[in-house]
Amino acid sequence: MPAVLLRVNGTTHELDLEPQVSLLDALREHLGLTGTKKGCDQGACGACTVLADGVRVNACLALAVQYEGREITTIEGVASPLQAAFVAHDGFQCGYCTSGQICSAIGMLAEHGDDVPSAVTEHLAAGGVELTDAEIRERMSGNLCRCGAYNGIVAAIKEVAGADAAARVPAEAAR
Amino acid sequence: MTGPRDATNQNQLMTQMESPPRPQSAAGPVVGKPIDRVDGQAKTSGQARFAAEYPYPGLAYAALVHSTVARGRVTGFDVAEAAAVPGVLTILTHENAPSMKPPPRATLTNGGMIVTGTTVNYLNTDEVHWNGQPVAVVVAETLEAAREAAGLVRVAYRESQATVDFATEEEHAVPLKGNPLQRGTARKGDAEAAFRVAPVSVDLRFTTPPLNHNAIEPHATTAVWDGDRLTVHEGTQGIAWLRAHLAARFGVPEASVRVISPFVGGAFGGKGPVWAGTLLTVLAARATGRPVRMMLTREGVYRTVGGRSPSIQRVALGAAADGRLTALIHTGVTGTGRVGGLPEAVTSPSGHLYAAPNILLRHSLVELDLLPNTFMRAPGEAPGTFALEAAMDELADKLGMDPITLRMRNEPETNPIDGKRFSHRLLREAYAYGAQRFGWADRTPEPGSMRDGRWLVGMGVATAHHGTMRFTANVTVRLSADGSVLVRCGLQEMGMGAATAQAQIAADALGVPFEAVRVEYGDSTLPTGPGAGASAQTVSVAASLLAACDKLRRKVRALGEGGSLAEILARAGRDHVEAAVGSQTRLGTLAGQAKFIAKFLRDHRRWVKAGCGAQFCEVRVDPDTGEIRVSRWLGVFDVGKVINAKTAASQLRGGIVMGIGMALSEETLVDPRTGRIMNPSLAEYHVPVHADIPPIDIHYLDEPDPTMPLGLLGLGEIGVTGVAAAIANAVHHATGKRVHDLPITLDKLL
Ligand code: FES
Ligand code: FES
Repeated sequence: MPAVLLRVNGTTHELDLEPQVSLLDALREHLGLTGTKKGCDQGACGACTVLADGVRVNACLALAVQYEGREITTIEGVASPLQAAFVAHDGFQCGYCTSGQICSAIGMLAEHGDDVPSAVTEHLAAGGVELTDAEIRERMSGNLCRCGAYNGIVAAIKEVAGADAAARVPAEAAR
Repeated sequence: MTGPRDATNQNQLMTQMESPPRPQSAAGPVVGKPIDRVDGQAKTSGQARFAAEYPYPGLAYAALVHSTVARGRVTGFDVAEAAAVPGVLTILTHENAPSMKPPPRATLTNGGMIVTGTTVNYLNTDEVHWNGQPVAVVVAETLEAAREAAGLVRVAYRESQATVDFATEEEHAVPLKGNPLQRGTARKGDAEAAFRVAPVSVDLRFTTPPLNHNAIEPHATTAVWDGDRLTVHEGTQGIAWLRAHLAARFGVPEASVRVISPFVGGAFGGKGPVWAGTLLTVLAARATGRPVRMMLTREGVYRTVGGRSPSIQRVALGAAADGRLTALIHTGVTGTGRVGGLPEAVTSPSGHLYAAPNILLRHSLVELDLLPNTFMRAPGEAPGTFALEAAMDELADKLGMDPITLRMRNEPETNPIDGKRFSHRLLREAYAYGAQRFGWADRTPEPGSMRDGRWLVGMGVATAHHGTMRFTANVTVRLSADGSVLVRCGLQEMGMGAATAQAQIAADALGVPFEAVRVEYGDSTLPTGPGAGASAQTVSVAASLLAACDKLRRKVRALGEGGSLAEILARAGRDHVEAAVGSQTRLGTLAGQAKFIAKFLRDHRRWVKAGCGAQFCEVRVDPDTGEIRVSRWLGVFDVGKVINAKTAASQLRGGIVMGIGMALSEETLVDPRTGRIMNPSLAEYHVPVHADIPPIDIHYLDEPDPTMPLGLLGLGEIGVTGVAAAIANAVHHATGKRVHDLPITLDKLL
């Protein structure tokens, strides 16, 4: 089995992994980092969202070997005001989608900070897209919440995005 | 009445994360306050551990092989290729699996058997009863090997004729024989005759599709045998039920089974029964002598965990010209499996909502060679309120009346079907408050008369309704001299904020701050909790918790007087005092349950207890594409007393979100030729996403029910009821089109 060097939450791990092991299973089953969840294993729910160099990815659709040399951040490595905001706004019930929602929100805020447009952005050229509820909802739609905590999640993201621009910097979360 | 509470504005802003417990409650009672969840920090930091997340040395992984035929017998396996996958430990089939006992018959005092998902004795039989039934289990050293090998097992079948198409089986439906809790047929007066002569009437046929719960956590089990002792990590709605069930199936005493379930990643009814994944993980662990984990694939959930039955419903309403109903007929056909399942009580709301002098309710069942259906959030009342409340809207239209006025004209004083007293009912207040808050007066009644730019705008209402239940619960409470309180109960946390609510109740009952209370739950070694179903967990535990706190106070007061309870303890030189409610012995449990059931039935004969509410929605419909967007929502609920303003609002909101999915996008597609589910994935079964959900305004009337402990009526399920009808009614208002078949997809508007 090939040895894979995975850098997760600032620590480098050497793992013997079959090439078909997904990044998600490497995290959960090999590193014991079970904060990242599996909801579908098919890229359809977003529960497995982690950050790779600050960019959100579905870890179930990623092979671990592809991520050698990348800086992976999982919920265990996140320290973001989003977490307290999720609690305050009750942005979850069962908590199973929550790690993915928070990692996704961090990645989403970074994309928004980089002026990446979404499907509901009206003026692509404008730059500085206003982060409206509709923008947040569209950009977070890859993260399902069957408990239906969507209103709380949007409120939490909005609060953090509005209150503290620094929360948009993914490097901060990864530190 | 204390007046409606605005749950949306009660969220406190926390700007900094602190570790719990956090001081939130200044002095004074905390019941009713919007307290943050006690497990919020664990759930937002990845520390909350779910069933598939417990490490064990030597852990092996299991994967299921599903039947590809609907009915027949397995005639042989070719496992050569699968067995050759490196890391495969064993491939279990009916030819080599250890034996498991068939499920005993369910009785009222035998909860472990009420949760029998199917009567199929997996891997102890060569019979196949549905397309997707597990016929083999692969156990391997790694997840990847188990999954790969499961895909390589070849199975040969001798097929027999299967009945799988619900739609074409309608004519063979058999009237349901009722029981004290669920009527098959119920009548008052002569509804058919009254309907025939009614001056104004509608006679409508509705269909609803099969639905799946789709909790984001797929069903997962980690099972460890140590001799005859079994430990199971499982996300379950019924720790005690599961323990009893496993003990019976594996022939060991209940005392040697431990179920650990501190967090459940969503359930909605789907984690109530015991399904194949659980049983076969335990069986695989027994066969291999290794700890075994199996998380079902998403497809595996669809193939082995039952969902909501489809329904065909007829609602026929007759009314006088002033809108007073003269006849209400609601008949329904639902499906069930030949090897298990239950009648989805779609006619239930029609026994409770309208004061018609003539009522006929009839429920019929068809048996199919499909995976048995099961409870899904508001069984019966979710699809039943769709048909009834859409029909009421259509009647209002015919009468030229406002739909709220029509409902209020028919608001009953006593339970319409049998004249029993309502313990409580504030539906008028809910509508009055909701209409004003939602701006109902701005609605112009003519369909298609409201626009916003190019969007057609529609507003609709419907009534929400859900009956109240209670179970037994054992609870202990301990007060220590340092003032801390420990509540212990084997309850389940699936997202309702169960521990938080009980901590609030204990804090007020004992006069201690909220932060001083800790709740232990989620483990079968704790005093036996109730199941988390029928919206009954909070009230069931609350009843026992209040009694235990009462006992505790009396015990402490016997030690001395003056000052707080903790001060009395300290002065008396006692470290702690404990009080318990409920017996943990087998005999005591049976006696307790018998007493409880007798009291419950007595109560049931006397009162009708239910929560109700008014759902208001606004939709926008694209006139060219038929695209439907829900743009506003208001739910006003009468659910008795509310313990936690924040988590209660979330639960009600979550039900509405699920109802929006039911109305607009959710449908489990069953191949009518083969009985195979064709869309077993979250990519093809469309649950609502962020973009589908507008701000949902939640209000509750907060009036305690006089007959229930603390005045609680339960609120886990009511949110989903009435939602699909409110949307259908709003879509009609926007477009002039009535859609009677869920989901209301855009093609049905073109
Ligand atoms: S588990 Fe990766 S998207 Fe669902
Ligand atoms: S909190 Fe349960 S799925 Fe989102």
